[in-house]
Amino acid sequence: MTRGAASTPLGRGVLFAVALAFLAIFLVAPLAAVFAEALSKGVGAYAAAVVERDALSAIRLTLLVAAISVPLNIVFGLAASWAIAKFDFRGKSVLTTLIDLPFSVSPVVSGLIYVLLFGAQGWFGPWLKAHDIEIIFAVPGLVLATMFITFPFVARELIPLMEEQGRDDEEAALSLGASGWQTFRRVTLPNIRWGLLYGVLLCNARAMGEFGAVSVVSGHIRGKTNTMPLHVEILYNEYNFAAAFAVASLLALLALVTLTLKSILEWRYGIHGRTGH
Amino acid sequence: MQLAEMAVDAGDGRALACPSPKRRRVIPGFGLTFGFTLTWLSLIVLLPLSTVFIRSAGMGWDAFVAASLSARALKAYQLSFGASLAAAGINTAFGLLIAWVLVRIDFPGKRIVNALVDLPFALPTAVAGIALTAIYAETGWFGGLLAPLGIKVAFTPVGVVVALIFIGLPFVVRSVEPVLADLGHDVEEAAATLGASGWQTFHRVILPAIGPALLTGFALAFARGVGEYGSVIFIAGNMPYRSEIAPLLIVTQLEQFDYAAATAIAAVMLVASFVLLLLINLIQIWSRKRGAA
Repeated sequence: MTRGAASTPLGRGVLFAVALAFLAIFLVAPLAAVFAEALSKGVGAYAAAVVERDALSAIRLTLLVAAISVPLNIVFGLAASWAIAKFDFRGKSVLTTLIDLPFSVSPVVSGLIYVLLFGAQGWFGPWLKAHDIEIIFAVPGLVLATMFITFPFVARELIPLMEEQGRDDEEAALSLGASGWQTFRRVTLPNIRWGLLYGVLLCNARAMGEFGAVSVVSGHIRGKTNTMPLHVEILYNEYNFAAAFAVASLLALLALVTLTLKSILEWRYGIHGRTGH
Repeated sequence: MQLAEMAVDAGDGRALACPSPKRRRVIPGFGLTFGFTLTWLSLIVLLPLSTVFIRSAGMGWDAFVAASLSARALKAYQLSFGASLAAAGINTAFGLLIAWVLVRIDFPGKRIVNALVDLPFALPTAVAGIALTAIYAETGWFGGLLAPLGIKVAFTPVGVVVALIFIGLPFVVRSVEPVLADLGHDVEEAAATLGASGWQTFHRVILPAIGPALLTGFALAFARGVGEYGSVIFIAGNMPYRSEIAPLLIVTQLEQFDYAAATAIAAVMLVASFVLLLLINLIQIWSRKRGAA
């Protein structure tokens, strides 16, 4: 009887080593490189790059865009999952697929569609110009593109969770005389809070880190329409590598915090993500 | 299996709790939430996406073909689809291996490794892009080792594949992992006890069981790679006809104010991603049916 590579200790050891080596080369090395490059000119240069005027305005803009787009996506996610999980109607799976649609669209195309709508040559371009309203190359465009990119995050986390939990709790609360709003706030929301937090976490990480879509609508106006990822690109293209990596390291830290919190939610509360973020 | 059982349980519970189907309407708010969902979806996603097709239709067929299938665009599609295919293939092999290690082997620090697999989902693509470029440039950690061997990664199509491996890996691992866990170790042991070799066990027992999940992971990684922009443009070199990906060509055309060409290429990319989305859904329906059978 021949024994498989996977069943001998040596075979398992080799497979284990290959898997870890692959992860080290393709995932750990880039992460480590961000911090190594960021500190390559010393801590002083690092600190200077992070508190530089344009960097600070990029940080502020990133926080602003996330502060607008994430709450709007939370409201949408709650409404969509309530409609889809608590009721039966025809075309439900089509609706769920349409909500997931932004994940399949290239980030560049996600930005382009708003340029086609609101840009100077876009459908509403002339009207917006006549009324002195700026969307493209301004903050509203950044928010729209970010909302499109992060559109499915909260909904796709909540829909399966709420379907799994069923409708019994809500029906019980309602039959005891609670209003619809009370039922949502006192029964549904506590049931889904960890799943909601999980979705918000991923939504926020993507909102702050999005590059392709915002790059198309931003116009790269320094100190005005540059988010952190766009600021990283500009510094990098100016061969200001240490500064580019310094700002990038802040985004990498955000990613690490996100992963840590996400893992805690998975271990403690058994929340699980759906592949395809 | 588990899900199906839970669905049956839930169904029974509901049937006991409310014998009359009218009781189901007791939950309020359908009109409000459904209406809001549909309106918001239309405003943010569907209407904006439709602009690409309406604009393309307005161009006329000849102009559309000239712009979307120009020699430069064809080369860009070739690179985007080819590199995505290569990266998704590599990720399928190594993603399966990593999923197997996470499911079957206990080791210290497993939770950290498990969390790390999702790094590409959490790390902004531009950060990944400049980091990979720094590593694979000739002065970088790996680029310096590869240069004496005559292998250039940064600023070549190979660099595009490396970036897409980074981006696509978690899709395969996270698709395969739950199915592999469900399969249980005993199945592998049973096959070995019955005299199957390692390769036979893998080929005849494990692969058929995880096939649909593996295919889903491959398709998800491929689809993501085709549209990827941020992680690729730094390492690619972006030479027209050589290392220029399709999403970058859209940006280039936009920067030259050639909206028609940008829109036409975007339309091709959108159709490709819709076809991929449809395929992924079909694979998932197929695997669910197989699971139920």
